Amino acid sequence: MRRAAILATLAGLAAGLAPALAPAPAPAEAIGDAERGATLFQRQCSACHQIGAQAQNRVGPRLTGLFGRRAASVPDYAYSRSMARMGADGLTWTLETLDPYIENPKALVSGTRMAYRGMADPEARAALLAFLREWSDKPQNIPEAEPTARKTDPDLSPTVLAIEGDPEYGEYLSSECQTCHQRDGSDQGIPSITQWPVEDFVIAMHAYKQKLRPHPVMQMMAGRLTEEEIAALAAYFATLD
Amino acid sequence: MTLNRRHFIATGLATGAFLAAPTVWGQAKAKVVVIGGGAGGATCARYIAKDSEGAVEVTLIDANPIYTTCFFSNLYIGGFREFESLQHGYDKLAGAGITVINDMATAVDRAARTVTLAGGQVLPYDRLVLSPGIDFKDGSVPGWSLDAAEIMPHAYKAGPQTQLLKKMVEEMPQGGTFAMVAPPNPYRCPPGPYERISMVAHVLKATNPTAKILILDPKDKFSKQPLFEEGWGKHYDGMVEWVGPDFGGGAVEVRPDTMEVVVEGEAQKVDVCNVIPGQVAGKIAALAGVTDDSGWAPVHPDSMKAKADENIWVLGDAAAQGDMPKSAFSANSQAKVAAMAIRGELTGSKVFPAKYTNTCWSLIDTDDGVKVGASYEPTPEKIASVDSFISATGEDAALRKATYEESLGWYAGITADIFG
Repeated sequence: MRRAAILATLAGLAAGLAPALAPAPAPAEAIGDAERGATLFQRQCSACHQIGAQAQNRVGPRLTGLFGRRAASVPDYAYSRSMARMGADGLTWTLETLDPYIENPKALVSGTRMAYRGMADPEARAALLAFLREWSDKPQNIPEAEPTARKTDPDLSPTVLAIEGDPEYGEYLSSECQTCHQRDGSDQGIPSITQWPVEDFVIAMHAYKQKLRPHPVMQMMAGRLTEEEIAALAAYFATLD
Repeated sequence: MTLNRRHFIATGLATGAFLAAPTVWGQAKAKVVVIGGGAGGATCARYIAKDSEGAVEVTLIDANPIYTTCFFSNLYIGGFREFESLQHGYDKLAGAGITVINDMATAVDRAARTVTLAGGQVLPYDRLVLSPGIDFKDGSVPGWSLDAAEIMPHAYKAGPQTQLLKKMVEEMPQGGTFAMVAPPNPYRCPPGPYERISMVAHVLKATNPTAKILILDPKDKFSKQPLFEEGWGKHYDGMVEWVGPDFGGGAVEVRPDTMEVVVEGEAQKVDVCNVIPGQVAGKIAALAGVTDDSGWAPVHPDSMKAKADENIWVLGDAAAQGDMPKSAFSANSQAKVAAMAIRGELTGSKVFPAKYTNTCWSLIDTDDGVKVGASYEPTPEKIASVDSFISATGEDAALRKATYEESLGWYAGITADIFG
């Protein structure tokens, strides 16, 4: 069965169901259950930490604005030497660094003063992190703020993805490229990608995806594309007049 | 009440009875009306018309026959662009089969599915797209109202206001003070006010080097802050003073009659005052009843469809969608998802999973460009950021120049994508 046919079926279902009541399945995952996280914070963290607009340093530093913050950077808080060193070395609190720290604080920062054994359950940590994330910068206001959700692969089944590239999908995906890369092939400040040979296109996109090519916008754009999506895009751009 | 076809269709949709079937078919072409001919509206109109290949009748309404982009308007203030380079007509969209009407939409009748224009015309729609940008919140800055905008310009909707502000900066007395009252979150273009400060400083450094720039800001931090502060120190040392909320930046009163700003009870005379007030969705969104108490219009994250009405989409600055900043790039990105979803409903075309992106470039001084960007995906609750990047402090001059040149390429690219 051809991929295009399957996609048409999927899309047909989505078109019929999505608009009225049931939204299409969401491709990104929320970090975790923030409400549960609030309860966990209350029970396990609030003896030492405060969070919120008026939060102060207590036994532990205030956790408002935690995401994107350099470790050991809250003014007027006396950190352990170990934590101060991690901050100086560049440790920044993100989803990726907070998760192992909460799982086992001493595994990440040997000499931390945080006398907390750790939270073993990944789902509980995700819930706690979701709650903590709510008290940091919103990307709407500060676009460089830390992500608020986890990336997942595009919402297409493996069967669909195994089949040959769908030009219509390539055309839809290409609309994202054309905010910057002009379809008519003009080349000012941003290179033309129109009529690029398929193989060159695919290799270049994978080089961005693997962060071998340095451009940050393209690393981000390619990073979210699957192999099949790159193939579809390559096929589309190769055929443009 | 007679059971007419429109009613019948609405019922069918609500119960999900028409699986995989186009909503509108048969004798009449489906009608899409788009209000607002900027980065959201014009892109959406263009993509629906282009991709439906004549199957959908698209009407685009904007009060002005010429659109002046707010993006890059700071570069005009800084002397890096001609005003005319910000202006775009709708000729190519009209040539692509879109009916372009230069009038103001004054009402939306959601039950009858019609839009009324100031000129009296009543347009029926099957799907309505609202992309009206921003309006200013009444009473946001005590002492300021739209009536004072000729004395203390906002210059946050590009056009004569931008030209007025530029003229004021150029005519400022030697050693005078330029004040900006910066807006509270959320607002259009998070780095915009600070790029503007950079551009004003660039002009003053050349023409009025003893002048001072004062930013009065209700926010305790702002987008690209380390990059701007580094740049101001490097290029405009000692000229720019930023006053955050801890020092009274959050409770500023202005007195247009005497050209004063009042900070913590102390009045200070200034020579130019740029007031960028708090913002809400463009008025037609509220008139259509799709906004909430925040003043913005909540939308479904996977389609940009208004939560209040299944036949209305809201794009760009006016939408409350989650993490995406209010920017032209965001609006353009959202418009493509919306166009795909609307075509899917009206013609049964394929609907793929939504992907959203944004990048904001800012110019700090000649050939010193920086950028910030992120990718976004829908979650059940909101459009959520999943990845991001930002220029680093201390980058070398060649990279900053390449970033600026890239922004020029982007402007050419996105305006071609919006206006054809």
